[in-house]
Amino acid sequence: MSERFETHEHDVLVIGAGGAGLRAAIEALGQGASVGVVSKSLLGKAHTVMAEGGIAAAMANVDSADGWKPHFRDTMRGGKLLNNWRMAQLHAQEAPERVKELEQWGALFDRTEDGRILQRAFGGHTFRRLCHVGDRTGLEMIRTLQDRGVYMGFDVYMECTIVRLLTDGGRCAGALAYWRETGRFVVFKAKSVVMATGGIGKAWPITSNSWEYTGDGMALAYEAGAELMDMEFVQFHPTGMVWPPGVQGILVTEAVRGEGGILRNKSGERFMERYDPKRMELSTRDVVARSIYTEVKEGRGTEHGGAYLDISHQPAEYVKKKLPSMYHQFKELADVDITKGPMEVGPTCHYMMGGIRVEAETAQSSLPGLFAAGEAAAGLHGANRLGGNSLSDLLVFGRRAGLAAAQHAKEVSAPNLDEGQISAGESEALSAFQRQGGENPYAVHRDLQKVMQSLVGIFRTGEDMQKALSELAKLKERAAHTSVEGSRMFNPGWHMAIELKSMLTVSEAVTRSALVRQESRGAHSRIDFPELSPEWGKKNNIVWHDGSAMGLRQETRPEMRAELKEILAEDQ
Amino acid sequence: MAEATVKVFRGNKGGGQSVEFKVPVAPGMVVLDALHYIQGHLAPDLAVRWNCKAGKCGSCSAEVNGRPRLTCKTRMDALPQGEPITVMPLKAFPVIKDLVTDVSWNYKVNKKITPFTPKAGADWKFYQDDVDRVQEFRKCIECFLCQNVCHVLRDHDKYEQFGGPRLFVRVAGLEMHPMDGVSRTKVLKDGLGIGLCNITKCCTEVCPEDIHITDNAIIPLKERVVDQFYDPLVWIVRKIRGAAS
Ligand SMILES: Cc1cc2nc3c(=O)[nH]c(=O)nc-3n(C[C@H](O)[C@H](O)[C@H](O)COP(=O)(O)OP(=O)(O)OC[C@H]3O[C@@H](n4cnc5c(N)ncnc54)[C@H](O)[C@@H]3O)c2cc1C
Ligand code: SF4
Ligand code: SF4
Ligand code: FES
Repeated sequence: MSERFETHEHDVLVIGAGGAGLRAAIEALGQGASVGVVSKSLLGKAHTVMAEGGIAAAMANVDSADGWKPHFRDTMRGGKLLNNWRMAQLHAQEAPERVKELEQWGALFDRTEDGRILQRAFGGHTFRRLCHVGDRTGLEMIRTLQDRGVYMGFDVYMECTIVRLLTDGGRCAGALAYWRETGRFVVFKAKSVVMATGGIGKAWPITSNSWEYTGDGMALAYEAGAELMDMEFVQFHPTGMVWPPGVQGILVTEAVRGEGGILRNKSGERFMERYDPKRMELSTRDVVARSIYTEVKEGRGTEHGGAYLDISHQPAEYVKKKLPSMYHQFKELADVDITKGPMEVGPTCHYMMGGIRVEAETAQSSLPGLFAAGEAAAGLHGANRLGGNSLSDLLVFGRRAGLAAAQHAKEVSAPNLDEGQISAGESEALSAFQRQGGENPYAVHRDLQKVMQSLVGIFRTGEDMQKALSELAKLKERAAHTSVEGSRMFNPGWHMAIELKSMLTVSEAVTRSALVRQESRGAHSRIDFPELSPEWGKKNNIVWHDGSAMGLRQETRPEMRAELKEILAEDQ
Repeated sequence: MAEATVKVFRGNKGGGQSVEFKVPVAPGMVVLDALHYIQGHLAPDLAVRWNCKAGKCGSCSAEVNGRPRLTCKTRMDALPQGEPITVMPLKAFPVIKDLVTDVSWNYKVNKKITPFTPKAGADWKFYQDDVDRVQEFRKCIECFLCQNVCHVLRDHDKYEQFGGPRLFVRVAGLEMHPMDGVSRTKVLKDGLGIGLCNITKCCTEVCPEDIHITDNAIIPLKERVVDQFYDPLVWIVRKIRGAAS
């Protein structure tokens, strides 16, 4: 291999150091594989660290009637039956074991009276199911996994960004990356690659997601030949902060509602009574987000264009104990004491249900040797994710991906790297330095966000999305002509120029998929097609790289097993 | 719209200087918003770390007007109005570029600490009180602000001998874990040099998570070290009593 590159070789390369990536790495290590973990940020800073409310697992510690069947049923119903039912089954069955394992690796959860893991209520979950640590569950989870992985001995490549997957005759062979610190390139050669890069929220301006969520993993997999699925399903969390402007979009955990928080409009009306009288505030996220949006749109919003969320009827000490970070977040950033008065909240782009299409058992994508887990993968959540089902997803399918990736690495020979692909990736990544006088990549990003917010948001129409597609084409053109200042050393403008491409790819996939799905289902709401369509309920949208264009087709979903149908039919 | 003057360090390990930027001020704005504005409009190559923008990830640490802070939680309206705001990188770690410093040392030292090791035959039943006792230490977001102000590191460069407050907090979170079954006193004494801490409490003052680093983590850990290495009998008696109660 060329001297120009530092090269590292592993059996399994895990891209992403969130819950899914770390859990995959731990499993692969346990199988004796040599494992490298790459992340754009420092270790322990991935999105998983921000998760607040909890991990859904039917441990039945609080409600003894819970079990995998009700969890399966809730997940499928929450996902408007578009979920990969096999994934939903495995997830519900294995989550409790994964949580116990986490505890045995040192994670400390809040306790029940009799000394077991405490579980709280959450939207769409029939029983109290979310294992939690106050409102900092993700922090406990990521530290536990991080420490375990470090002691088991994975190699961590921090602040290192993958820009291209490398292939060898139709299989995944590794990846090309650059070090953020120096801007120098590095090549990873691997028999198996696990994509655990999380979501795409940065394509929208109002989002709970960090700079990392630019859809890299999905875009890279797509370009290397893997299929994406369900890209139209983007979750808008009902409760993000709306004021002051700088904090717009920052998440207000669903645990506030789980602990009894009440939503009201500006006239004090508890409006969820009109939208979902049975489940009220604990309805599914798609419903609550649309309800708040509608209240605001029809003139019943708060001063800053949101709804009131009030937990101040609970004892102040209780609120501080169960929701400490919310208490501080509002106190310090919005001058609101949530033990005394209501918060102002509104929808924020939060989670991607769609992503890389995988097989349920192995998490393998349609590109041999490439696996995917966590938010980057599609299937488990269908048209809408229930709160708490992501952290459990990371553990269940992270583990499965790591296991299958290690197995695969045992079965195949070392791949060959193609110098041509590496140089092409390198020139493409550096192209923004070659151009003079082009646009600032941040300006293109701002305009992309405007397009996605106004044309491909919570409520969609065919007309808007047609318009979005033509806007995206123009933005693509502009993105190809940005230029960057400064050197290759830790240069966020340059990083943005590269990430724009991923965001544009996933934005196009979202828009195309959403445009053809002529119905409303879960997080996908069409004003021009407000009803559920039984026909569309049988299909998933599949996106793939078809030469120079984006391919889109529908695939009929496999028939659900009879015993699962029965579970689903039971009423609760 | 009101405008603020923000002076940001621009440079790398070879040196640099503060560069002045004019930033429009919006209500409730935090220093990180100002840095983002600079990145987005004035200097796209300004190196800054951040992730959550909500005080949860510990990425955005810097020295604002000379005080170590999370920039995402430092409100512009809480700083003296009409005066320039200075933003400098953490001083205790080598600068990579602008506000980004090389904090990899912390990850290296962390490897010295014996991992969580459950007690043999543990039944995994324990209670909220047990959890509450250690929660405080496990809240740590690894912002390294405490490391940045500790004079043992900042002024005396004892990177080889000393672990620093963050790592003591981490050890406390393991040592006081209700299911943990090993002792880390030896590594505290030898590997992490806890004896070098002279309880100035500077670390506690800057912790954005309000962890009582000195009183609740360091002092009890120091006592354990003293008990074990300088008075083994007391230590054994305590262990037995502790186990019995
Ligand atoms: C504020 C907030 C609160 C939440 N609360 C909950 C909750 O209570 N319960 C719940 O179940 N879910 C919750 N979620 C959702 C859940 O946290 C995320 O979906 C989940 O953590 C994603 O985990 P992951 O492992 O898939 O990815 P992440 O944890 O996001 O990790 C992605 C990793 O990929 C890396 N990466 C990305 N691109 C590249 C690249 N090009 N090269 C190299 N590395 C790359 C990143 O650096 C990062 O390490 C919450 C989300 C947010 C934002
Ligand atoms: S109390 Fe100890 S650890 Fe904390 S700053 Fe002072 S010397 Fe350092
Ligand atoms: S102990 Fe406090 S100051 Fe130190 S790293 Fe942790 S959160 Fe930051
Ligand atoms: S950005 Fe996460 S703590 Fe400031």
